[in-house]
Amino acid sequence: MQKDHIVHAFDAELQQLDTLIAQMGALAQQQQINALTSFLDNDCKEAKRVAKADKKIDQLEQDIITHATQIFALRQPMAADLRTLVASFKIASNLERIGDHAKNLAKRTKRVGDIPILAEVKGSLEIISSLTIAMTGNALEAYAERSTEKALAVLKQDEDVDRRHKSLIREVLTYMIEDPASITAGTELLFIVKNIERAGDHATNIAEQVYYIITGRYIDAGRDITGHNPDDATSAAP
Amino acid sequence: MDAPISTDTNLDASPTQEATTEMNIATDTHTSSIKMTAKNVSVFYADMQALKDVSLDIIENRVTALIGPSGCGKTTFLRCINRMNDLIPSCKVSGEIKLGDHDVYDPSVDVEVLRRRIGMVFQKPNPFPKSIYENVAYGPRIHGLAENKEALDAIVRKSLKRAGLLDEVEGRLDALGTSLSGGQQQRLCIARAIAIEPEVILMDEPCSALDPIATAKIEELIDDLKKRYTIVIVTHSMQQAARVSDYTAYFHLGELVEKGETNRIFTAPQHSKTEAYITGRIG
Repeated sequence: MQKDHIVHAFDAELQQLDTLIAQMGALAQQQQINALTSFLDNDCKEAKRVAKADKKIDQLEQDIITHATQIFALRQPMAADLRTLVASFKIASNLERIGDHAKNLAKRTKRVGDIPILAEVKGSLEIISSLTIAMTGNALEAYAERSTEKALAVLKQDEDVDRRHKSLIREVLTYMIEDPASITAGTELLFIVKNIERAGDHATNIAEQVYYIITGRYIDAGRDITGHNPDDATSAAP
Repeated sequence: MDAPISTDTNLDASPTQEATTEMNIATDTHTSSIKMTAKNVSVFYADMQALKDVSLDIIENRVTALIGPSGCGKTTFLRCINRMNDLIPSCKVSGEIKLGDHDVYDPSVDVEVLRRRIGMVFQKPNPFPKSIYENVAYGPRIHGLAENKEALDAIVRKSLKRAGLLDEVEGRLDALGTSLSGGQQQRLCIARAIAIEPEVILMDEPCSALDPIATAKIEELIDDLKKRYTIVIVTHSMQQAARVSDYTAYFHLGELVEKGETNRIFTAPQHSKTEAYITGRIG
């Protein structure tokens, strides 16, 4: 890590920013876990509680923006400090999106219910979910430790998630084709799979911001970070 | 007082060495060319080495900011550019500084003519204790730039206008230059500097004695002046360097640590010393 600033209050303010991001990140990751659990257990009451808890994440995003804006105004940050502050806006916004995806998953608990397709794909769904949940944690760790190595590892993980996502979509579609009665629930399930995969993209965005903070360079993961580049899935045979 | 110069010593640096030390300042080549070149410039004040082997290109019609902590050599370097260091007996300069193709330290160089081509503005506004008009007219007159009174009037008015001062002093050009406010005095000094049509303007912390409004006016002026002149500015304010310059060079303990486009230096410096300085950490 770098040396302290001559003005120590500046260090304290940046430390506070790190703390807020860590808090928001921990909360977003916990929401991912809770949303998945409530969904898989078909626990509507818990799902409702999870959806409601999203407000706390939104509040933390506001806190981060306010805090970072104050530092901009009062300290005129440069170089790595500047990059940290610019990135904090984006990191907060990506964490907020991760929270939103968790909320969406929770909200679909009731709508999907206990359908037969879910039982078939539950295993794959759990795997891809735990991967994206781990990615959130890893991206936050990369931020806390300012580690390019860990940031790059998240990008790698995302490639795995994308492959599994393609494969899972195909799997759900196959069941829907076999049993047209399952189309409504299957469509919901497709949205869920998409939500989960998007959370991975947001963790990737955070990792890219971490890379920017450390190096000053933007990383190009060589793919469309808005989500679904079909080329990514060519090797993902079901 | 002649500043001894050895133009033969450090100039045969190997191409690879050259490539690494000359990194990235001239990437903005689409419209600009190199106005001045400093190669392997070292400066001693008696036994004390104030500058160590500094090489830097100054790009035409651009603002180059020299930054660094006190005693880092930035002002020494600035003063080498128009041989202001000649005035210090113990000062020895080696290396090469070129304005276009001409070696600034060539013994045949007339220093007065050189300083006409490379003007200077100082930290504290230092108008002559004469009228506003005379402050600006002095240079053109001694250099014989005006054939008659009308031509001289025109130069004075044009210079005051370019320095953004004419509107404020219209109708009282015979008032004392020292009667103006600090910011106006500094713009008067800039008008005086540009009256002799220099090619390069050196500014040594031109705003450090000014309030924020006067500073903003000078900064706005610098942005305008660079269309006609090449500007090198020494500033203690990193924010000012960031605001006004196209290129920034960071000096530390007499060495040129890093140079490059200003937006890169302040967002992603490559050297840890630059990073430590511009983020306000102990260097």
